Amino acid sequence: MSSRPIATTRSASGIPTGRLAIWWVLASEIVIFGGLIASYIMHRLGHPEWANATAVTKTWIGATNTFVLLSSSFTAVLAHQAAEQGNGPRAARFLRMTILGALTFLTIKSFEWGHELSEGYTVTTNGFWSFYYTACGLHALHVIAGAVIMAFIARDAAKNRELQRVELIGIYWHFVDVVWIFLFPLLYIAK
Amino acid sequence: MSETHHPNYPKIYLTLVILLAISVAGPLVGIRWVTLIAAFGIAVVKADLVVQNFMHLKTERRIAKYVLGAALALMALFWFGIAPDVMEHHGDNWVNDAAIAATARGIAPPGEHEARPAAPGGADSTGAAATPSSGPGK
Repeated sequence: MSSRPIATTRSASGIPTGRLAIWWVLASEIVIFGGLIASYIMHRLGHPEWANATAVTKTWIGATNTFVLLSSSFTAVLAHQAAEQGNGPRAARFLRMTILGALTFLTIKSFEWGHELSEGYTVTTNGFWSFYYTACGLHALHVIAGAVIMAFIARDAAKNRELQRVELIGIYWHFVDVVWIFLFPLLYIAK
Repeated sequence: MSETHHPNYPKIYLTLVILLAISVAGPLVGIRWVTLIAAFGIAVVKADLVVQNFMHLKTERRIAKYVLGAALALMALFWFGIAPDVMEHHGDNWVNDAAIAATARGIAPPGEHEARPAAPGGADSTGAAATPSSGPGK
């Protein structure tokens, strides 16, 4: 009897079970982030006075973090490509570069939040800042979770083990990138 | 492990970075609709590039597209269900006093954030607290 997990040995609807599970996870994430973003847009359109609040955020900081996440998505997909070529150590290297991107993103975000909090903008200041901290905080939690999981997968991939997981964490990571792609114009550009 | 068709990733990455630069440059033109198209139109294009090429949804089986499409359909239902109540501050049989008061009170522009006095009714200078609703509104 094989000891390999069912996610790697069974294929439902022509998709490996593990990958189908990731799509289901992302479907639930769409509802979570989609609900948050849709609520923000509704309130933003209903409250023109929020323009003064959005004017506080620094576009160049948001743009830098967008660049960092796009770059980390690039290394994540290169890790997937290396894993498919059976080159676990190379995949692990790219995954670690992706983790570095996550840490860079979180460091920039920490400095940004520190500055905003020191200026007196907190989660209770007004509706805009409530959305800002909630959306960015929830997104940052996803970045942290992705980086931690990626560290475990990179450790195994370096030994050429469980290489199929590289693709799965990659799909999740790209989704985290896509969420930020929408948060960036909402919170940093549309002023 | 299933084989995936791998497109030219460096080219897609470069395209994404160029699109990011355009979306940042959009507001510099100073025309509102250019800013909005540069910001949100490009965000949609960037997201599509990532989803189709990095997540490989382009070559994925249809079941995955149905799963994601169902979630997006739920979002559309959510939007059309509550958007009118949130975006409008009054209707035929209701008034959202708190939202009207918050809009009238406004939010201090950057730089005046801490300079403005507290508004009556416990609301802070940036409209944190809503005034008590006197009507049947939310």
